[in-house]
Parts: sequence; structure tokens; C-alpha cells
Amino acid sequence: MTDFSPTPDQPAAAQSSLLTLSKRTIQRNAAEKRFKAYGIAAIAVGLVMLLVLVTTIVGRGTGAFQQTFITVNVELLESKLDKNGERNIEDIKRVTTFGYAPLIKGAMQQTISDLGIETNLKSKHMAGLLSKNAVAQLRAFVLENPEKIGETIEFRFLAQSRVDGYLKGRVSRDSIENDKNISAEQLDLTDALIAAGVIEKTFNLDFILGSDASDQRPEAAGMGVSMMGSLFMMLVVLALSLPIGVAASIYLEEFAPKNWITDVIEVNIANLAAVPSIVYGILGLAVFINYMHLPMSAPLVGGLVLTLMTLPTIIISTRAALKAVPPSIRDAALGVGASKMQSVFHHVLPLAAPGILTGTIIGLAQALGETAPLLLIGMVGFIASNAPETIGEGLLSPNSAMPAQIYEWAKRADPAFYERAWGGIIILLIFLVTMNTVAVILRRRFERRW
Amino acid sequence: MNTMNMLDKTLDTNTTKITARDVNVYYGDTHAIKDVNVEIAANTVTAFIGPSGCGKSTFLRCINRMNDTIDVCRVTGDILLDGEDIYDKRVDPVQLRAKVGMVFQKPNPFPKSIYDNVAYGPRIHGLSKNKSEMDEIVEKSLRRAAIWEEVKDRLDAPGTGLSGGQQQRLCIARAIATEPEVLLMDEPCSALDPIATAQVEELIDELRANYSVVIVTHSMQQAARVSQKTAFFHLGNLVEFGATGQIFTNPEDPRTESYITGRIG
Repeated sequence: MTDFSPTPDQPAAAQSSLLTLSKRTIQRNAAEKRFKAYGIAAIAVGLVMLLVLVTTIVGRGTGAFQQTFITVNVELLESKLDKNGERNIEDIKRVTTFGYAPLIKGAMQQTISDLGIETNLKSKHMAGLLSKNAVAQLRAFVLENPEKIGETIEFRFLAQSRVDGYLKGRVSRDSIENDKNISAEQLDLTDALIAAGVIEKTFNLDFILGSDASDQRPEAAGMGVSMMGSLFMMLVVLALSLPIGVAASIYLEEFAPKNWITDVIEVNIANLAAVPSIVYGILGLAVFINYMHLPMSAPLVGGLVLTLMTLPTIIISTRAALKAVPPSIRDAALGVGASKMQSVFHHVLPLAAPGILTGTIIGLAQALGETAPLLLIGMVGFIASNAPETIGEGLLSPNSAMPAQIYEWAKRADPAFYERAWGGIIILLIFLVTMNTVAVILRRRFERRW
Repeated sequence: MNTMNMLDKTLDTNTTKITARDVNVYYGDTHAIKDVNVEIAANTVTAFIGPSGCGKSTFLRCINRMNDTIDVCRVTGDILLDGEDIYDKRVDPVQLRAKVGMVFQKPNPFPKSIYDNVAYGPRIHGLSKNKSEMDEIVEKSLRRAAIWEEVKDRLDAPGTGLSGGQQQRLCIARAIATEPEVLLMDEPCSALDPIATAQVEELIDELRANYSVVIVTHSMQQAARVSQKTAFFHLGNLVEFGATGQIFTNPEDPRTESYITGRIG
């Protein structure tokens, strides 16, 4: 006899008791538990990936928002900058950045000897710690304030990217062995200047607001101008795709007869939404640039291409929003004698507006992050233009866009640009997350008012 | 009102408001209404009764051409309103619907204020010259719909915030604000509780003084309570049409008798 044999006093019909689980119930419960576990595991995997992504981006990108600066007093020698002493702006303009280089060398030498730091470096190499941008910065200051010539002014110059990298841990004494841009003596000097408080790392607003810089000056590069490019493109996309998309959806949803032509149109809109964006890019190149001769690299063309790409998204979401308005509202309006158009514009459209806005914002966010079509219409590359002054200029003058700028930085050789690419991604993501959050809030707030 | 005194009901008028001649309605291949001939008198409540799917709502929606909004729907025959064919090519359904108001099965106020709900119709038809005239129209309509006392202090509150019965009376106020001549009601009480139903029924009886009311209902008691004339529809046919008292007490057609005694339907 084993322990499992039934004891006589147990009822034979134990199967039907509610207190014991039947075999099938146990199996079903186990299946449900397994499914829940799969679900939780899937979400956990997703969360871990998100965490890795965010920590990587933040870890690598935050460096770009800080920059190393060197504070130096520069004597604006009249003998170098304005030989006649007449403060004639035309004369002063004739002095090129080469004319300013000795001032900076002298200033660095003076600063270092004032601090009592001993070094064997020549003044040229002392000034080598500064960005190549320093002379331009100095010249721009003098041209703006010619009356300051002759005085000694304190300047905060950008440090060159190797010095910046040294402070951020990217550059070490081992890594510079074969580096022509910086020597071990220069790093010794850097250490001494850090100790003296002349070199310091602070927040760099120019990364957010400035323009791109050439290959030799990664420390001066910023996202600002490409942000303007993206802004102008988004203006074009919004101004075109919202009215066109909404008009098309209203017609298709409310007015068009349901026949095979509208069926074909509907299928094609769904297909267009799935077309790879690079196809829109090559279409834009062929139509807008080669055929219509619109300017290359212009945000106007970028905006037109992205409009084509965004339209299906907006049409699909607008139609869904219109469909979600209950037919009883349309009946009510028609019942009191409103025309079809009045019922749509007075009642249906206002109720569908939150859904339409949500779809539009999500479409814009998609367009904002799109890179591929911009490659084909030349909105990627070194475009160090200044921020445009008028809307027309903003639309027509060559510019880049945020994702294109990131792509451009990521493919440059200097690792300092790599850091800026990650920083750019942070800025882009902040925009995208903000837009999507607004969309979610709108949807939550105005959802189902009837 | 109760069913017992329905035999005493008399018609206030013999003027014909709506005449339907050989009306057929098709939804695609489905023949929904078959050769319906009916004359609806002015200042009368006419009830359409019949089992589900018998075509009574379809026929009602023909009277203000709401079926135009359904692509596959096709109407043949003539429906005359005061002697004019409403399916004439020259008739704009928008103008027709201002004359023939409609109240729907489910209360469907606009998600706007109570005031705007009522003012919407007069506004799009240009019935008022200024704000004070509009206020008057709104008040008059709400009073006629017997809801003024309940909402007069919160005309700015959303119409969707009212109770079901109040919403339905608001919809009636909205329908009569455009001064229609005919009021069509498609099962106006099916979504309401008995108390709200009683209020709406009382209202329907009062409205008879100014409008021709046509009401579709599933409840035979309701038809008996509110209507002077009753039409019985079955499978798309108008089986019997006559004074309410006669239909309910002495129907001519065996199908009508079966239906009102609960054997079919």
C-alpha cells in the first residue's frame, strides 16, 4: 500500500468539490501564468534596452554640453591692429586673422610667465592650446568694439579639442604619442594651467545655439543653425501637409462616394505610408531640384520632400479621428437642417481636432527625425552658415537639419565630433520626446467628449 | 392618459400634411419598403408600429430625406409635403429638413452648451436678427420642450451633462427651435426610463397643437397612449393604417391582430 491510495472516509466525488481544482482548471491557470510571465519578460527586455539606450546616449552625449575654456588677458596692440591710429573701421578690417595671431601668442606667453609656470615651449605652441577659433573670436570682438584698441581685455577662448578631450578623459598621454596636434609638454602646461584656474570646463551654450565648424575645429561646432534648418522644414511641412491632409481626409471620409476609385485611393494612401523615405528623397531630387530647379540644400525642398512623406500619416490619422466621431452627431446636425459641410465643419471637425492634432504632431516628429531623404537633396554636409535673418532666407539658403548634422558629425574622423554627434542626439531626442508627450497629453485630455 | 380612453380621441383636423404614394425603398438589393401609401394629417400624432426590421424607421427617414446620406439607399414613388414632392430634383434636402425636424432614438445633443444646442438650428437658418431674439427663441423652444425650468440657470453647461430624459427633451427643443411643420421621432423613448418616458409622452401630446408629429415606437402601449392614428408595418408593407382606437381594438387585418396580441413580432 502506498500513501496515495484513497482512504475510505474520503468522498468519491471529490472531483466536483469547489474546494479542489480540476485538472483542466490547473492547466488553464498554469497557461495563464505562463502567458503573464512571457508578457512581463517582454516588457522587461524592452525596458532594459531602453535603459541601455538612454544611459549610453546620456553618458556619451552630455560631454558635448560642456566645453573647456582658457581665460587670457589680451592686449589689443594699436601697432598691430590700427597702424594709423585713426580708428577707421576700413583700416581695421584690413587686418586679417594672421595679424591677430601674434597678439594671442603674446597673451599666452604673458599669462604663463605671470603665473610663474616654467615650460620649454615656444609661444606658438603655448597658443596651440587654444582653438583655431580664438583668432576669429578676437577679430570679431575688435571689429565690433574698435574703441577698445589699446586696452587689455580679458577673453575666454575655447581650448582646442585635444585639451578639451584631456579634461574629459578622452585624450590621455598614451593616446597622443603619434598625435601632431598636441605634445606631452603641452599637456604638462595644461595641467599647470588647470591648477592655476586658467583652464576650466563649463557649460557651453554655443553647442546648442552655434553653427557647425570645419574639420579642424570640433570644439566650435554647434547645433543651432541646423536646428533652424529643421525648424524651417517643419514650418513647410506643417503649412502644407496639415491643410492638404485634412482636406483630403475630410473629402474621402465625409463626401466621397464609396466606390472602387475611392477604394484604390485608400489602398494607395496606406501603401504610400509604407514607402521607404529614401524613395521620397530621390523623388524630391528628380522633381523639385532637377525639374523645378529649386535650390539645393534648401529647407524649402527638404520641407516639400518631408511633406510628401508625412501626408499619408496625417491622412490616415485624420480619417481615423473623423471615423471616431459618432454618426449620431452628424445625424443631429443634418436633422436640424445643417448642410453636409456645416455638419462637418461645425460639429465633426471640432470633435476630431484632438485626434488630428495628435496625428499631425506624430507625423511632424517622424519628419523631424528623418535623415535619408535629406541625403539626396544635399541637406547634409559641411554647412557652416550663420542663422538666417529672414524667413525667406531661412527657407531658401542652404542649411542642414538636426539628424543630418548628427550624421555629418558621426562620419568625421576626429573623435571630438563623435562626442558632439551624441550630444546632438540628446537635443533631437528632447524635441521628439516633447512633441510626443504633447500628443499624448492632447489625446488624454480631449478624448471622447461625447 | 391611459389606454382606456383612446376610443374617445378625435382628430382635430382633417387636413393632410404628408402624402406618400407608392413609396418603395431599396438598400442595395434589399427591398425595404414596398408600395407604401399613407396620408398623414396635420396636427395629429401618427404612430408607426411593427416588429424590428419592418421598415418603419426607414419610412420615417424618407420623410425628411435622411436616407440620402446612405449611399446604397434608393427611393422611388412620391412623398408630398403640402402637395409638393420632396423628392423633386429642385428640392434641397437642407431646406426640407428645416421644415421637417427629427428626434432620434438615442439622445444626441451636440457636445456644446445647452444654449448653443438649441440656438444652432435658428443660427444656421438665420431665424434671428440679434442676440435678444435668439435668447427668445431658445427660451421658447426650451419651454415648449418642458425643460426650461430645469436648465434655465445653467444654459452654459454642456448639453451632454444632462440626464438621459433631459437630453432627449433638449433634442426635442433643438428640433422645434427651427419652427418645423412636421416633427419626426424615431423611437424617442427607447433609451429612457419610465419617468422620463412619461414626460416625453406628455410633451408629444402638447406638441400636437403646433406640429404634425410622426413617431416610430416599439411599444404598443406608447402608440396607444400618444397617437391618434396608427400605421402597422410588417416586412416592408404597410399592413393597416387607421385611427389608433380602431387598430388596437378592432384591427381589420389578421397580421395586425397577431402583432398587437403578441403572436408575431
